[in-house]
Amino acid sequence: MRVFKELGKYSSLLYQGLRSSTEFSTYRKNLFQELVKVGYDSVPIIILVGIFTGSVMTLQSAYQLESAFIPLSTIGAIVSQSILIELAAVISGLVLAGKVGARVATELGTMRVSEQIDALESMGFNSVSFLVVPRVLAGILMFPVIYIVASVCGLAGGVAAGYFSGQVPPADFLEGARMYFYPWDVAFGVVKSFVFGFIITSIACYKGYFATGGAEGVGNSTTQATVLGCIYILLADFILAALLL
Amino acid sequence: MIEIKNLKKSFGDLLVWEGVSFTIEEGDITAIIGRSGCGKSVLLKHINALLTPDEGEIIIDEKNIFDLDYVDKRLLRQKFGVLFQGSALFDSINTFENVAFPLRYFTNQNEEEIHENVMRALRYVNLENAAQQETAELSGGMRKRVGLARAIILEPKYIMYDEPTSGLDPQTADEINGLILDMARQFDVTSIVVTHDMHSVLEVADKVAFLDQQKLSWFGTIDEMKQSNQKDLVNFITASEYQIKQ
Ligand SMILES: Nc1ncnc2c1ncn2[C@@H]1O[C@H](COP(=O)(O)OP(=O)(O)OP(=O)(O)O)[C@@H](O)[C@H]1O
Ligand SMILES: [Mg+2]
Repeated sequence: MRVFKELGKYSSLLYQGLRSSTEFSTYRKNLFQELVKVGYDSVPIIILVGIFTGSVMTLQSAYQLESAFIPLSTIGAIVSQSILIELAAVISGLVLAGKVGARVATELGTMRVSEQIDALESMGFNSVSFLVVPRVLAGILMFPVIYIVASVCGLAGGVAAGYFSGQVPPADFLEGARMYFYPWDVAFGVVKSFVFGFIITSIACYKGYFATGGAEGVGNSTTQATVLGCIYILLADFILAALLL
Repeated sequence: MIEIKNLKKSFGDLLVWEGVSFTIEEGDITAIIGRSGCGKSVLLKHINALLTPDEGEIIIDEKNIFDLDYVDKRLLRQKFGVLFQGSALFDSINTFENVAFPLRYFTNQNEEEIHENVMRALRYVNLENAAQQETAELSGGMRKRVGLARAIILEPKYIMYDEPTSGLDPQTADEINGLILDMARQFDVTSIVVTHDMHSVLEVADKVAFLDQQKLSWFGTIDEMKQSNQKDLVNFITASEYQIKQ
């Protein structure tokens, strides 16, 4: 019962957002700020995550596939495909469910419980268009970019780990990566990150926008936003894989 | 004129009040008094349609505001200036920008005009020196006054003040009372003041609405209030007077 009520509230918030997304002048300034906060500010952590994922994948694959019969380029193929199809999108999604989701939920939650959202509405603002639309849009627009950054860093990390460990020469790694490179994998990754960006920001906005009960309430909303964000990312990952692969 | 008719509001099982009816005349200062938690702030949030009642209507300009669609509700809200109980300043921008905020979005004023208007409003509340301060650095009383400056910046037709003087020293409280009177008399603003400060009520109000026991317990002019012998009202006033003397 409660699930349906929440779902109804969530979809009506999204519907309001969709309807008020035409009021571009209201949220233009906020959109630019959010693009920076969601995208640019996430770059350092995404670089770190990408490089480590790629290099760990490479070392582990090299360990698992240690055999005279398997060419070294196979490692490049496995690592690059895993990164492009799955890891770059999902791992950065999970990391940003923490970083972006928590920030958005806390921001909106604090604004709700300190009556700042009421203040916006009472001035005649459409608070959904002012607060929710730019954040969700920023998620949708920036996550594919983040996916690309994570992928590139992941591949670079893979090449570097292979080279410095002496187990996979860069030429072999890249040959494998090239041989099994399908543009469709990248398109799939972009679609996924698009969906993850929407999931993270829309859930965080929903939890923050309807927060109640002071500082503790905001804390609860933030926790729920990150936990639900992670759960729905994994769920969406599964559904998209079943549908699109 | 704002006509409140037979309003009822509850949150889940909690009934806030029911059968609330009274009329706020143009240019009047109407005080809404009552004990903490009796639903004064909730009533204010109905008057500009931030909350929707379970029953009843509020008529402004001959229309029930709860029948308006969202676009018209927003136009209606723009006629109101609101000072929130906790000031509700936007904490991501500084004092100046808080006051400038409605100007930037709802007028075509250029930077120079905005500066002039904001500084005039800040001077009015005695805070011109705090213009560049971050809102997080302001004291409670300063926040109230910034909230007040923001509420009046668009020269609204109606102003609602939620506890404008609570938590202020007597001198600042008197200044705020003076501002409320000034706004009403000089600019012909219709004012609604929520408070439990009887001193402030006696100072500024023309009419008084007393919320008690989940209903509008008493409504009348300030002179009628002084003579009233309705028990609950008298108790409320006596308790406050005792506090004032203390
Ligand atoms: N959004 C809400 N959800 C649930 N209950 C609420 C909500 N807002 C207010 N209430 C409840 O409604 C009642 C009236 O609250 P309100 O804030 O109007 O009191 P008040 O008269 O302004 O008190 P105070 O003088 O302390 O500010 C309280 O019991 C409060 O808990
Ligand atoms: Mg209150």
